[in-house]
Parts: sequence; C-alpha cells; structure tokens
Amino acid sequence: MSRTARSLRVVLAEDSVLLREGLIGLLARFGHEVVAGVGDAEGLHAAVTEHDPDIVVTDVRMPPGFQDEGLRAAVALRADRPGLPVLVLSQYVQRTYAADLLDAGDGTGVGYLLKDRVGQVEEFLDALTRVADGGTVVDPEVVRQLLRRHRDPLAALTPREREVLALVAEGHSNGEIARRLVVTEAAVGKHIGNILGKLGLPPAEDTHRRVLAVLTYLRA
Amino acid sequence: MEPRTPWQALTRPRFPRGDWPWRSAGYLATGVITGAAALLVLLLLVVFSFVLVGLPLLLLAGVALGGIERRRLRLVDLDPAADPHRVPDTPGLAAWLRVRVREQATWRELAYAVLHATVLWPLDLIVLAVALGLPAALISTPLQLAADGQEAKVVKAYLVTSYPQAFAAALLGAALLVALLYPLAALAGARAALSRALLAPREAELRDRIGEVTASRARLVDAFEAERRRIERDLHDGAQQRLVALTMTLGLARLDAPPGPLADQLTQAHAEAGRVLTELRELIHGIHPQVLADYGLGAALTDAADRSVVPVDTDIDLPRMSTAVESAGYFAVCEALANIGKHSGATAARITARHASRQLRIDIEDDGRGGADPDQGSGLTGLADRLAVLDGTLTIISPAGGPTLLRVEIPCPALPDRSVSSSPRTASSSAKG
Repeated sequence: MSRTARSLRVVLAEDSVLLREGLIGLLARFGHEVVAGVGDAEGLHAAVTEHDPDIVVTDVRMPPGFQDEGLRAAVALRADRPGLPVLVLSQYVQRTYAADLLDAGDGTGVGYLLKDRVGQVEEFLDALTRVADGGTVVDPEVVRQLLRRHRDPLAALTPREREVLALVAEGHSNGEIARRLVVTEAAVGKHIGNILGKLGLPPAEDTHRRVLAVLTYLRA
Repeated sequence: MEPRTPWQALTRPRFPRGDWPWRSAGYLATGVITGAAALLVLLLLVVFSFVLVGLPLLLLAGVALGGIERRRLRLVDLDPAADPHRVPDTPGLAAWLRVRVREQATWRELAYAVLHATVLWPLDLIVLAVALGLPAALISTPLQLAADGQEAKVVKAYLVTSYPQAFAAALLGAALLVALLYPLAALAGARAALSRALLAPREAELRDRIGEVTASRARLVDAFEAERRRIERDLHDGAQQRLVALTMTLGLARLDAPPGPLADQLTQAHAEAGRVLTELRELIHGIHPQVLADYGLGAALTDAADRSVVPVDTDIDLPRMSTAVESAGYFAVCEALANIGKHSGATAARITARHASRQLRIDIEDDGRGGADPDQGSGLTGLADRLAVLDGTLTIISPAGGPTLLRVEIPCPALPDRSVSSSPRTASSSAKG
C-alpha cells in the first residue's frame, strides 16, 4: 500500500479531545503531520487558511450547534478551494450526508467514512491517502445499506454491475476491483463501460464520469 | 324528572311536603352565617393596612369564600359548580398569586364576597325572618297565651285574649307558613342563581381549560422529545466517542503485537468493540436520528426507507416543519415500516409525502395481506395517540387480503428554508456535473 509513500500535512477538526489526541498520535505514527487540530468549524476555516494542508479530516457534529457544522464547513471549504481533499468522519450511516459532500465541487478528493473505521487503522490510512490523491471514498457500510434497496436508476444494472458500481463508490481502482471480484481488469473496464452507458453518462473525461456514476448511485 | 333547583321544585304539587323548602331555608340560614363571618373578615382586613398586606389577603379571603359558597350551593343546586380557577404551572405562593390576580374569576369572587358581606346576608336574614319567623310567631300564640295566662300579643300588633282566638292565629300561621314557603324557595333560587353567576366558571373559561389540557399534553410531548435528544446527545458525545477511541487504541495495539495468542486476543477484543459500536450506533439512531435535525423529515424518511427490510419506493417532497411535527411524522413512518416488515408479508412498499394547504400528509402503502387493525392494541394505537396531540390523524385502510394504506395527516405550517444545503433532497433528483 502507498500509505508510507508520502507524508501528508493534515488539518484535523474534532471536538472530542480524546479522539483528537488519539488521531493526532495515530497519524504521526504513520508519518503524517497534523499541522492543526481544532475543535470547531470556525477554527477549521482559520486553520485551513493558515496552513493550506494536503487534506482536511473533519467530524460532522461539532460546536457550537452540535448539528452538521463539520460537514457544512467541509462543503464550504470545497466551494472556496475546489480540489481541496476532505475526509469527513461521521457517526451516521446515511447517504444524505455523503451525497451533500460529493455534491460540493466536482466530487473528486472527498471521502465519507464512519468513525468506527479509524479503528481499522490500515483501512483508514488507505482511505486517507486515496482521498488526498483525488479519489472518492464512501464508507462500505453506507454503500451496503444502499444495496439493500431496489432503485429505478439502477434497475437496469445486472447484479455484477451493481457489485462493480459499489466498489467504484468505495473508491477502488479498476485493478483493485478486478482483484476483489477475481476477474480481469479488462472485464471490469467493460462492466464500467456498461454501467456508464446504462446510467446515461456519455463518454467524456473518464474519472469525472465515475464520480457521476457514484453520485447517481448515492442519490438513487 | 326530579327537580334540581328550588325553582324547578316550586311547580310540583307536593312541593311543601318535599325537602326543597327546608333545603332553601337551610341555604339562606347558612348564608347568614357565612355572610356575617365575611363581613367580620372584611372589616378586619380594612382595619389592618388595606394597601400593603390587605390586598393579597383580601384576594385570599375572596377565593376562600368562593370555595365555601360553591360547596354551600349544593344545598339548593344539585348541579355542582366547578372551580373556575386555573392550576398554576409552577408551585409556590408567588406563582399562585400571579395566576389568581390575572384571572377574572378571582375578581368575581371578591365582588361576591363584598356583596355577600354587605347586602346578601342581611337580605337572607330578612327573608328567613318573614317567611319562617312570622308563621312561627303565629303558630306559637296558644303557647304564649298559656305562658302569660291573660293575654298574648301576636306579632306585637294584635292582642289575643282567648284560646279560640289563639288557635285561629296558630291555624293562620300554619297556612301562612305553607304559603310563604313558595316565595322563600323562589328567593333562595334567585340567590343561588346569583351565586352561580358569580362563582361558577363561565363558558369561555371552560373552553380555555380544554385548550389548556391540549397545551399541557403538547408540552409533555415536547418535554419527551427534548429528553430523547438529550439522551441521544449524551450517548453520542460520551460513550460513542470513547468507544471509537478504544477501537483506535486496540487497532494500533493489534498492529504492534507480535503474532501469537496475544495478537489473537487483541483481534477478538477489537472485533467485539467494533460490534458494540455498531449496536450503539443503531441504538442512538433509534432514539433520535441526527439526519432529522440536520436535513428534516424528507431526508429522514428517505433514510428510513433505506433501512427498511422490505424494499421501499419513495416520492417525497417536503419543506422543513416544526420539530414536533417532523419527529411525529418520522416515528409514525418508522412504526409503519416496522409493521410492514413484521406482519404484512409485503414484498414492496411506497412512501408518498407532501405538504400542501398547511398540512403534512404521508401515505405508506404496501402490497401485503392487509388486516391491520388499530384496535388490536398494537403500536398503531400509540401512534394515533401521538398524532392526536398535534391534532393529527391516522387513517388505516387495510381490508383482509390487502393492500394496506396508512395515511398520516398533521396540520402545520411550513418553516422558511434555513439555507440551500439544508433543503431536503428528493429521491428522484438526477446527477449533475
């Protein structure tokens, strides 16, 4: 994995001191530097302006209102600085939050992970790096919940294509998807081509269409 | 029908033999007692610093007398006069006084107290003296004659010197007594009507009280909602954060541990902590889903549909509404979806939610076997009760064999959108670049 490949400068927003310190320690141990650890949305704005980090990691629920301040701050930050990688840590398995985040900007370099995931240290660091590199990561739990429903926009997809789309939503590359499904990379490419066709996404820049497919999937 | 007041009794042929004359007399007699006592108290209060301590005490006296008089009214009025006062929201004398001072009933009682102490009880006394005292004096003429031996003065006017005259007077007295019982009862009735007019709650006050009952139920629901959110917040900010920190520590420890029994145990502990976190997350969500507060009912319903065991199609287009309405609507749909999952045998369901003409309307349909009955003491009854507090209604159309339609309707205005990002999304929105 590429987690030690480069050291990231991280701005971290988390109001629980226990978790904030824990995350700072965890990231430091794997060679990333938390340039600022803040406890509220306002501090997050200031810290990003000051430090211009490689990635922002933020909680959803933060002071002063303890609603979705962190998420809104992330959306606002991405509106101001398109392409700023943001990884949102949430306690909620709800696509509404993920969809809001992916809607902001062009949908690249964003991640929506359950907080539980920080316990899966390697998985978490992997997601962090992928988001920093411009990838899109949606928590498998959110994806799984979506899979349980039958939805119109996805009705045309075969079960295999759904599977592939789910893995795309989780932010995996074609190679990784091929490895997981034990098929060739060419087969994955073909599936993705079919998916994009069925979802009515005409050929354009490829990465962009992938994000649109994920968005369709989240909103369906 | 048995008479319930002296006036109704007056027209009965057996009126003089019934208990109504004595009830009336008793009412007037006790009126003399309470009236005289009231006069005494009022005089005392006037003497003792009327302005400073007197006024609250005067109110107190008025309210106390009102209570006594309402009870006394039962003598001649079988329909009880209800207490017109409101119950203060908070305990304590100050709160009690504040409520009382603002009430019209209190001042009516005070007016009654003054009237009773100055005019009414002497009037009671005069009526009693004329209607009972005069015949009594006449009837007792033979006794007076016997006591004196020579003569007796009837009502201090006519001189009676012989027994035939005396018995004639007694006979006249008896006849007069029967005749005077009618005006006595009539006056007691008038007196009671006056008391009732001043001391019983007026229609508007009764109406207010019904409004108050509804309001207090709504307050209870609000308090319950607030408590729900508090518990949710405590769990989220406390236990959940600590558990996340714990899994993080365990995750790191796993990476550090050399392969062997210790690493295996750490893996187990880590997995267990993960399961606890998942359970806790579901629990917190069940108490109060955060998405409801952040995005409103529309998004929360879409998420509820996500979680449903039975596949649910959604057609939802809602503005933000008050917290109580959104919460009631949400939990109604959750209950309905849970029922569909458990009992209906349905393979598909559909949620349609709209807000139109100041009313929220949610339809939950399924293709199950039907036969849902709110009278069976299921969660449906509790749901209907919960909606009733908000003046909402629950309609269930569920013929045996299905399909079932459950309709929730709650009257409510829409709130202005807080911001663009908080507007609920619909399931039908399409991707945009």
